[in-house]
Amino acid sequence: MSLKPLTAKEVTTKVINKEPLFILDVRNESDFSDWKIEGESVKSINVPYFDLIDGVEGIVDQLPKDENILVVCAKEGSSKFVGEQLVEAGFGQVSYLSGGMKAWSEHLEPVKIGDLKDGGSIYQFVRIGKGCLSYMIASNGEALVVDTARMTDVYEKFASEQNLTIKYVVDTHLHADHISGGRKLAESTGGAYYLPPKDAGEVTFEHEELIEGNNFVVGNTTVEVQPIYSPGHTIGSTSLIVDGSYLLTGDILFVESIGRPDLAGKAGDWADDLRETLYSKYKNLSMDLIVLPAHFSQVSELGENGQVKAELGELYKKNEGLNISDAERFNKTVSENLPPQPNAYQEIRQTNMGKIDPEEEEQREMEIGPNRCAVHG
Amino acid sequence: MIKTDKVLDAKGLACPMPIVKTKKAMTELSAGQVLEVQATDKGSKADIAGWAKNTGHQYLGTVEEGDVLKHYLRKSNPEETKEESKYPHVISNDELKKKLEDNEGIVVLDVREPAEFAFNRIKGAISIPLGEMEERYTELNKDDQIYVVCRTGNRSDMAAHLLSEKGYNNVVNVVPGMSEWDGETTGNN
Repeated sequence: MSLKPLTAKEVTTKVINKEPLFILDVRNESDFSDWKIEGESVKSINVPYFDLIDGVEGIVDQLPKDENILVVCAKEGSSKFVGEQLVEAGFGQVSYLSGGMKAWSEHLEPVKIGDLKDGGSIYQFVRIGKGCLSYMIASNGEALVVDTARMTDVYEKFASEQNLTIKYVVDTHLHADHISGGRKLAESTGGAYYLPPKDAGEVTFEHEELIEGNNFVVGNTTVEVQPIYSPGHTIGSTSLIVDGSYLLTGDILFVESIGRPDLAGKAGDWADDLRETLYSKYKNLSMDLIVLPAHFSQVSELGENGQVKAELGELYKKNEGLNISDAERFNKTVSENLPPQPNAYQEIRQTNMGKIDPEEEEQREMEIGPNRCAVHG
Repeated sequence: MIKTDKVLDAKGLACPMPIVKTKKAMTELSAGQVLEVQATDKGSKADIAGWAKNTGHQYLGTVEEGDVLKHYLRKSNPEETKEESKYPHVISNDELKKKLEDNEGIVVLDVREPAEFAFNRIKGAISIPLGEMEERYTELNKDDQIYVVCRTGNRSDMAAHLLSEKGYNNVVNVVPGMSEWDGETTGNN
């Protein structure tokens, strides 16, 4: 019996397939309570590694004898240290998370959402550790990527495997919870990078403007991507309708919640915009559109194969954030008692504007933790 | 520079090693002594504080110098937590707080280690660690009303005894002391 590494991808598969998994998280208590691996079939306990330096005798009663135990820490060193002790103590099925929570935060899982009418497909890239969702629309050898994560090599590799050229890179808004890989991906693939002009006032690098009415054509058929100006989370927030079937909502509307309007510092001003977008602009769209958001906040939102999606009409029935009829109560809900802001969100916005350029290691640290972009009704 | 009894170099080490080495270094210190741990692992700050809390040692604070984090820890004394103040003249934290608000000329003597003093102290307090009282008590004025403070009231009790033996008659022990002090403080952080 020996200690085995388990990759973030393997853990993702277990979470998506709802395979039972027992996690011993050995980070300190505050890191654990802030952010951890979750899943419907995941059970976890937290005992900091520094309480286990003299041995694991004190916790063996809390651990299952015949189940897989995954030991998790921040980077992996402490989980190996504790994992080896568990193996010595006679536990047979012990593994550690390779690369720790850092690797968990960075893993992107590509999931196919569906086919497009004139050929091609739309894919969702699930960043399971952080709850971020990005998209690739692929048709006839061309691709458009939406809300790119920092780990741009994943999209490049995926595109090259499918013989796709990344022609357009779009951010639906200026992100505050994660560092956009948009600029880097566009530079490396020779594609054009589009940002909504109202969010890009302070952006320091050259880019194209994402404007309602200026549609994209991906591939040489008629796969249309229509920008819809939909302010609220940020003043520039723009949604995209893909192939007349999919509504990419960015951080405006999620499956179980709605966007928060305060991360650029203007909750009061933008609450009305958010209400206008959700209660009037989106209402005029086809209720058959499949909503594809830029985030999920709870693993319960992960559906079949890890997909996160829902019909717009269904959301108008079920999502509480779309069912607050009183405007004043809506404003209160989205501007009071908000969850804590995402880790380092100010520095992340500055990075996404090109104003600061932190080292990769620092960028990783800035992104640690959950996304926290939603307001739950 | 903060005076310490031992410096542990854990630079370049990833977790769990900074804590494993800290634990070992602490066993080599005697109660009351202060350890400085130099580390480059950013995560070590929260972990050192967490380890100290769970083991009963005292985490004093961290100073960042470039890429190096300097953590300060004081080895606790099991007797410190016991309530056995024998020195008869005592004052509560709240009473002292009131006196400080009313009278600016008050003398507060802090007998904790320099590293404890460095991170968190009553503004204007004089620092003479208990271990140096024998040599340095003459720095104090016999006519002053002196309020002696430490973390929990124990070291200050000993200091108050020592001062009264030396003929200082206006000495008052502050109980419990800095561990529960909620008044204004200062420190280099």
